[in-house]
Amino acid sequence: MTDTFVVSEETLWDALHDVPDPELPHISLIDLGVILRVELDTQAAFARVLLMPTFLGCPALEMMRDMIRERLEQFDITVQVDVTDEQIWTSDRISEEGRRKLEEAGIAPPAPNNQNNTIMLLEPAPCPHCGSRKTSLESAFGPTLCRAIAHCRDCKQPFEQFKPL
Amino acid sequence: MNTAVEPVTNLTPVQKQALCELLLALADDEFVMGYANSEWTGIAPILEEDIAFSSLAQDEIGHSRVFYEMLATLEEQSADSIAYGREPSGFRNAQLVERGRGDWAYSVTRQFFYDTADFVRIESLQKSTYQPLAKAAAGIIREEKYHLLHANTWLQRLAEGNAEAQQRQHTAFDALWPDALGLFEPTSGATELLATGILPEPFEALQNRWITRIEEPLRRLSLPFPFIDASERWDTHITPIYGGRRGEHTQSFLDLYSVFTSVYQLDPEADW
Repeated sequence: MTDTFVVSEETLWDALHDVPDPELPHISLIDLGVILRVELDTQAAFARVLLMPTFLGCPALEMMRDMIRERLEQFDITVQVDVTDEQIWTSDRISEEGRRKLEEAGIAPPAPNNQNNTIMLLEPAPCPHCGSRKTSLESAFGPTLCRAIAHCRDCKQPFEQFKPL
Repeated sequence: MNTAVEPVTNLTPVQKQALCELLLALADDEFVMGYANSEWTGIAPILEEDIAFSSLAQDEIGHSRVFYEMLATLEEQSADSIAYGREPSGFRNAQLVERGRGDWAYSVTRQFFYDTADFVRIESLQKSTYQPLAKAAAGIIREEKYHLLHANTWLQRLAEGNAEAQQRQHTAFDALWPDALGLFEPTSGATELLATGILPEPFEALQNRWITRIEEPLRRLSLPFPFIDASERWDTHITPIYGGRRGEHTQSFLDLYSVFTSVYQLDPEADW
């Protein structure tokens, strides 16, 4: 029996660009940086995807698992998605393209991650509507766990901000 | 070389038992606090706080899941059956988290005490020699800064508010001190965990750090601070309410318990 199996790891990574973040559909799971690794066994037609959780209470995690599996099973392979703690996800993993897409959607991308968790000085995010830096954080909690609500004192508009984590 | 800093891999039965007690305390605090906080969903005084308390609940229950899953691995049963399948006396949460939500001042003051305490212990547990726990703590701590921001904002808002706000805040402080200290009741077998570094510091040290942390905002806002610096530790006339870590709970816990186990009791296999 000859092995005619042709899917490559690169193809799988490409395909994951089609899988949106269920709570932020403007960006893909690749943009979000939650895929740690794709391990492909061509002999066994099996792929294992290592997924990093973002906020620990995020209900989108299970949906992400299902969506990854469904997308990659289109290549006629068996897919297993494992949530990993091998490396901790941080908002610094969001790609440049992801940051641009967030901004286009009116959500301020996260400021660089403040590694000192005891300091509560969160840098004011530039307003995604007018670019002003005269903004303030209104509430640390927004429509999803990863978003906060800010207000722009120049254009007087509220906006959402991806929380640095 | 100090062997206590080596990662712990093989647990003796006694160590395992003590570790499970610690994990249950951490998990149950977050789980019950999460359920208690979700009681504000839909009825908080302003929309932003409706969202904030619902998000706190979601975060806390998310963190409890991390600990329940760790327990599930150790005890070879499902996280759901640990969370929902126990008798009330099996719960190891401090009584602070099981009290009814009270008025707004009570809830936000409790949150200030609890979030600061949770931050202090999670920060410390990052140094645990039990690797899964150290890793979990490193993930959780990053979310806690938002809880602290929220709690400190409300502490200040009420302290600088009108006479009624201040009066309610003071009433809340009086009611909450003994329960807040109860958060630092040692878990059963804590001595065992200290010897191996699974617990990096005694509960008493965590309590002292908690008091040091709350001192600054309380003094700045001229709020009560019933502790006296007795070099290396804080003295107080307040008697902590202990018992939660041994499974002693109040009527308000039983009320909450009957709500959060209702689906599980109808159908333990229910999936959602």
